[in-house]
Amino acid sequence: MFLQRAFSSVIGKVFIFIFLLITVYPIVWLILSSFKDPSEFSKPMYALPEGLHIQNYIDAWTVGNMGTYFTNSVLVTFPALFCVLIFGAAAAFAIEKMKWKLNNAVLLLFLAGIMIPMQIVLLPLFTIYHNTGLLNNLLGLVIVYIAFGLPLTIFLFTGYYKTLPNELIEAAIIDGASIYQIFYKISIPMILNAFVSVALVQFFFIWNDLIFAMTFISDSDLRTIQTGLINFTGQYGQREWGPTFASISLAIIPTLILYLVLNKLVMKGMTSGAVKG
Amino acid sequence: MQRVLRDKRAILLFILPSLVIYFAAVLVPTVWSIGYSFFEGSPVRGFTFIGLNNYLDIFSDRQFLNSFWLSIKYAVFVTTGQVFLGLVLAIFYVLVLKRFSVLIRTLIFFPIVLPAVAVAQLFSKLFEITPQLGLVNSILSSLNLDMWVQAWLGSGDSAFWVIVIMDIWRSMGFYAVLLYAGLIDIPEDLLEAARLDGANGIKLSRFVIIPMIRPILISAIIFSLNGTLKVFESVVALTNGGPGTSTSMLTVYMYHSAFAYNEYGYGSTVAVFLLILCLIVTLFIYKFSRKDVD
Repeated sequence: MFLQRAFSSVIGKVFIFIFLLITVYPIVWLILSSFKDPSEFSKPMYALPEGLHIQNYIDAWTVGNMGTYFTNSVLVTFPALFCVLIFGAAAAFAIEKMKWKLNNAVLLLFLAGIMIPMQIVLLPLFTIYHNTGLLNNLLGLVIVYIAFGLPLTIFLFTGYYKTLPNELIEAAIIDGASIYQIFYKISIPMILNAFVSVALVQFFFIWNDLIFAMTFISDSDLRTIQTGLINFTGQYGQREWGPTFASISLAIIPTLILYLVLNKLVMKGMTSGAVKG
Repeated sequence: MQRVLRDKRAILLFILPSLVIYFAAVLVPTVWSIGYSFFEGSPVRGFTFIGLNNYLDIFSDRQFLNSFWLSIKYAVFVTTGQVFLGLVLAIFYVLVLKRFSVLIRTLIFFPIVLPAVAVAQLFSKLFEITPQLGLVNSILSSLNLDMWVQAWLGSGDSAFWVIVIMDIWRSMGFYAVLLYAGLIDIPEDLLEAARLDGANGIKLSRFVIIPMIRPILISAIIFSLNGTLKVFESVVALTNGGPGTSTSMLTVYMYHSAFAYNEYGYGSTVAVFLLILCLIVTLFIYKFSRKDVD
């Protein structure tokens, strides 16, 4: 029995190690390859780089236009993120903490959005955007990211507000606080951790989006990082592996950094969407 | 007190921005799309009302049936892979992982936050054959397994499996953490009692662990089905539905018929079909999550 247990523990450790390798190695390989000199690509792919060939990054950023794409992604992501969090938190606060008849109906209406596939809104939105000048306009992307971010945001925030004691709000009312003060001075600080988790989940959703960006933006100066990346590797990535690896690395670096610093909150936010969803 | 909490103006102010944007960019277009599905044409050519014809045509459209089958096949394989490997990992996390436990869970979780496009580009380089051998072919060749060196993305069959492997790779760590959260809620003395009765490894998993986490396992499966049925970005970025239409899932087929062939009515019909599919899966979620509460 003891032997059997020790044996299964060894198998388990080997198993976990293999999975760790399978997960981590491709990413490490990607980043290592992004520093290779063009001549090194004729050697086997698993060879280590001989030096730090930074030129790949410079080429990706300038010749490959990754600089422009990166800027566009930032310009879209942060306004959308800001609005989805503020609007979502406010709506969830009204739904969960204030007293009105339709609050459950409105919540259900938003929750229905979680299942709606993005494909179904593409054609009508394309027509609307075409007629209102929002096609090839970063504002058009911001709007659709807010709209599609809201259902999950509101769902998560109502969950967190449930755990916020009503007595706290009642005490604040007795002390003479207005409902607006309660919202931003009490309710948001009280769920700050959750706020950051939701922000991270939404950041990944917006930063990683391809479908809306490729539908509503065709102007190459307005491409975001994901559409830019597809185009970049299509154009000359076939021949120029170094800059291609550098551009893929550039696309994942923001997510990598966020994850390095805030992984606990990322994991919490992403899994809580699934368990209750 | 009640006056403050019933303040109509504050409620409107809190709820209106969300409601307006959500209506304008999600609900109205969804209903509009359902409307499109009863028409033939595009904004440029004009629309003709054809009633239910799109819905009748769809079932004799070979390409649609092919896409539908691919979507189902993909959803079943990826969901099985993600949840099964996630569960195995989670069980090992609980049973054998002591040191570096948090670090390892965190590392294996990581790929889920990566952009699908970047992951697809990475995988296309992993499975590359020209102008240079990619990592997989390189390793095969150095192991003298040259007969396995091939254009993985060049044939429909292997391209499909590359996408399946890629999406399992991306999300098994996510499901492992999700299920791990359920596993650590199992009381330690229950596991200890089962161990004293001689259960370990597979028996322990099958008779104690899995029944205990059944609710969370079911929601993981349904969550995964819901995500995999909607798969789009991995496919577009890796194969764009090709070679031919061999990896063109429903979402990709919808996109191509709408934007490449400018068939708004037909594209919308495929989208509505997708919506119904997601609705069915969501109803399952709802049903099972109600059960958890009881």
